[in-house]
Amino acid sequence: MSKTLDKKHPNNSHQEEVNYITVDYTMKSWFITKDHKRIGMLYLATVLVFFFVGSVAAGFVRFELTSPTGQILESETFNRMFTAHGVVMIFFFLLIAIPAVLGNFFLPLMLGARDLAFPKLNLLSYYLYLGGGLFGVVALVSGGVDTGWTFYTPLSSMYSNSQVVLTITAAFITGFSSIATAVNFIVTIHKMRAPGLTWFRLPLFVWAHYATSIIILLGTPVVAITLALVAVERLFHIGVFSPEYGGDPVLFQHMFWFYSHPAVYIMILPAMGVVSEIIACFARNRVFGYEFIAASSLAIGGLGFLVWGHHMFASGESYFQAAFFSLMTSLVAIPSAIKVFNWAATLYKGMIYLTTPMAYAIGFLGLFVIGGLTGLYCSNLGVDVHLTGTYFIVAHFHYVMVGGTIMALLAGIHFWWPKMTGRMYPEIWGKIGMLVIFSGFHMTFMPQFILGFLGMPRRYHYYHFAPEFQAYNVFSTAGAGVLAIGFMIPVVYLLLSLKHGAKAPANPWNAKGLEWEKTDRVPITHNFREIPVVTEEAYNYSIDDEPPIEAKYTKFGAVMEEKS
Amino acid sequence: MKELKFSPTQATEYATRHDVLFYALTALVVLFTVLVGVAVLYLMIKYRASNKNVDRTKRIHHHLGIEIAWTVIPTILALIIFFWGLLLFKEVKTPDKDSSDIYVIGKQWMWQFQHPNGIRENNELHVPVGRPVKITMISQDVIHSLYIPQFRVQFYTLPGRYTSMHFTPNVVGKFNIFCSMHCGADHSKMGGYIHVLSPSDYTKWLENGGNRFSKNSESMIKSGLKTFAKNGCSNCHGGADTYRAPSLHGLIGRKRKMNDGRVVIADEAYIRESILTPYNNVVEGYEQIMPVYDLSEGEVLELVEYIKSLSRAPSMFEENEKVYKNTRNHVKNISNSGEINLEMRVDSGVSQSSVQQVQHVSEQN
Ligand code: HEC
Ligand SMILES: [Cu+2]
Ligand SMILES: [Cu+2]
Repeated sequence: MSKTLDKKHPNNSHQEEVNYITVDYTMKSWFITKDHKRIGMLYLATVLVFFFVGSVAAGFVRFELTSPTGQILESETFNRMFTAHGVVMIFFFLLIAIPAVLGNFFLPLMLGARDLAFPKLNLLSYYLYLGGGLFGVVALVSGGVDTGWTFYTPLSSMYSNSQVVLTITAAFITGFSSIATAVNFIVTIHKMRAPGLTWFRLPLFVWAHYATSIIILLGTPVVAITLALVAVERLFHIGVFSPEYGGDPVLFQHMFWFYSHPAVYIMILPAMGVVSEIIACFARNRVFGYEFIAASSLAIGGLGFLVWGHHMFASGESYFQAAFFSLMTSLVAIPSAIKVFNWAATLYKGMIYLTTPMAYAIGFLGLFVIGGLTGLYCSNLGVDVHLTGTYFIVAHFHYVMVGGTIMALLAGIHFWWPKMTGRMYPEIWGKIGMLVIFSGFHMTFMPQFILGFLGMPRRYHYYHFAPEFQAYNVFSTAGAGVLAIGFMIPVVYLLLSLKHGAKAPANPWNAKGLEWEKTDRVPITHNFREIPVVTEEAYNYSIDDEPPIEAKYTKFGAVMEEKS
Repeated sequence: MKELKFSPTQATEYATRHDVLFYALTALVVLFTVLVGVAVLYLMIKYRASNKNVDRTKRIHHHLGIEIAWTVIPTILALIIFFWGLLLFKEVKTPDKDSSDIYVIGKQWMWQFQHPNGIRENNELHVPVGRPVKITMISQDVIHSLYIPQFRVQFYTLPGRYTSMHFTPNVVGKFNIFCSMHCGADHSKMGGYIHVLSPSDYTKWLENGGNRFSKNSESMIKSGLKTFAKNGCSNCHGGADTYRAPSLHGLIGRKRKMNDGRVVIADEAYIRESILTPYNNVVEGYEQIMPVYDLSEGEVLELVEYIKSLSRAPSMFEENEKVYKNTRNHVKNISNSGEINLEMRVDSGVSQSSVQQVQHVSEQN
């Protein structure tokens, strides 16, 4: 299929090149593609649609909360809104975003492989995800769910008059999509590394996805069974969780969180992988304590399965049970702290370029440190009995999941955009967008810590019993407005860049890694013209490396002079 | 606009102790955030690419000592915080011996509070300042969670199982009651206030019959005794163990051995389960002959309070005995009218038990 390309060097050619995008423009070629890069792009588009849906729901929630007695919605609708927000954001956006988009696209490139191990399975996983998503949309349109994304029983299994079963089916199907992706990643990482690419030469992005895939594989079946049991109890009145039929209501929470706590790491570990790549690149330095960062990913993966009980400290858990879970939770914070310190140390004696991806990566640090440290409150038995179920928890996990995952997703997209699309975006707008998002984020969620300490329960529509909560809620909603504008900015300039963006060189950042050094400007369908051989450690940066592309060449329409 | 609040009122001593830990944690979190923040910003500025005048030679990428240091120090801090929290949690889990009981039923979407003296309140609770209160609660439908932020405590209110919490308010005032577990459409309306009254106000409140729902309320023990009689519990359970059934006197707090080998401490939850699912808890040495009763959670709570009263200290017991005497007459009157067939056992049970009770107490001393 390849028209022979430019003679001397395939990179930097001005001719119409054949790459994974231009190889075939038909719609059909996209929808039956087995190319991991195209599938990654399909995921990106779909994930963004869900992000939009989830954000609109969040907008309604925040708007309602500007008054102690609500604005325009009935409580029943309000409950459906926050549930829609949670379900869509978690099951259809956060759990998927980084692994399925960036992981799909870059794992094979980083490994020096021509594709994932099972390209058809990869396509299937996309359609499972899409199918699950469609079920979710049908559930939303046909009345929605009002149980909260956690589906606590017996509210979900007995009392709720909403589309519980449909929504559960949606999450169930999407779970299988994740499992398929995880299997694919694990096999690819084990079997398809380029010659010379030993385990300890792998980029940390790969390590992070390896740990994530293991968690997905161990955890997702459990939540799938749990949700299926809820549906069974709801449909056939077989007692599992409802005391009326001889079930145990708290059992559900144990089974649910056995998966859903590790799920937090499914969202955050890939984010950490992205950040490791970016910080190393723009500090022109090898990542400090590579082994410790890699090992801490695995430690988080393991310990993460032993902490689920911290969601039930107020459920009447026995003293020793609670003590165990609290202890494990306090300890699981340590590997994350180690990573943060190692990233900071990577900056030491670095050659630091504050590009847009780097700005997002530093922003990630800022939000993740706060998110992680506030987890200490939630892990603490004494304090959590006051804070559990309040806005403090909401603020905490938004700092981790939104702060962590979305900042890293944006960092990653900005970092690899030139490789994914062959275009640059205007550097200046990149930084403006980052600043707006970063400040909007703090404005939205800082006040929620105080609200939680004051005792405002989460999932409250009215707070007429405590009107003093209003000031913080109004402030938070204003922040959400800023955040919304912030998210618009990158969407606009990235879309525009597809048409007007300056053509990106093959390695605009002068980064290390097979995906930058051994591929075309935009990779061809099978990634590499010849399989690369790896002879050096990851992140073999030095201060003498060429600097990243200058900002003036990133403007719309800019043309870079040819280097001889 | 009203004054901005940064922290909820501390209305118990526990709340104060809780906040010390909360602020200590906050100091730690701020310290680490600033530490990391300053370090990152400093390095970013110092080693910015445009700054050519810094030493970038002899880069290090591994340092075992540093790695150990920043693993061990946070671990130690985390452990200290963990044990501190554990101490507080112990306090939260252990009610005072001489707490007064309050029973709570949660249902979509209201809180029903029941005082042992029979006063019932909905979504409002009156308690005297300075007296420890123990709450025993159960839900009639979904999971709720009783939350009083000014006391810094909350616990789930579960269907099918008692949970409990306790507090000793030390500030007179009106505080929030929330349901902090999403429980359906009107979750956010499932709240109200707890009124902590001065002793004299509390007495006045009691004298006025407590509330507007029922003027002359009957004590829970009394209603419990009636339910006990009406359901024929006294046919089997008397003042002393018989071959038929164990006595319920002095039951609460005792270790019970089940015929499947389990040893259970008889608490409120145990009593409830013994009544509603007797087949799950058959006491060693007895046949499983106790029938299954279909009682409302309210009735069960009254039975629990009544059975607990059979174990109270003698001084308290005499007081109860007066109640029984009156009740006996009362119940007799009803039974004469043919409503209830009351057995003599109740009478003998009461007098026997006071003897047994004294023995029980002297054994303990
Ligand atoms: C037919 C006789 C019978 C009747 C009627 C009966 N019980 Fe029982 N009950 C028993 C027997 C026998 C046991 C011990 C075996 C067991 O635990 O099932 C028992 C055990 C108990 C226990 C646990 C006692 C312990 O020592 O651990 C409680 C509490 C109790 N019953 C309460 C009640 C109440 C309240 C009622 C009325 C609503 C009632 N019972 C009616 C026979 C009876
Ligand atoms: Cu968790
Ligand atoms: Cu409730």
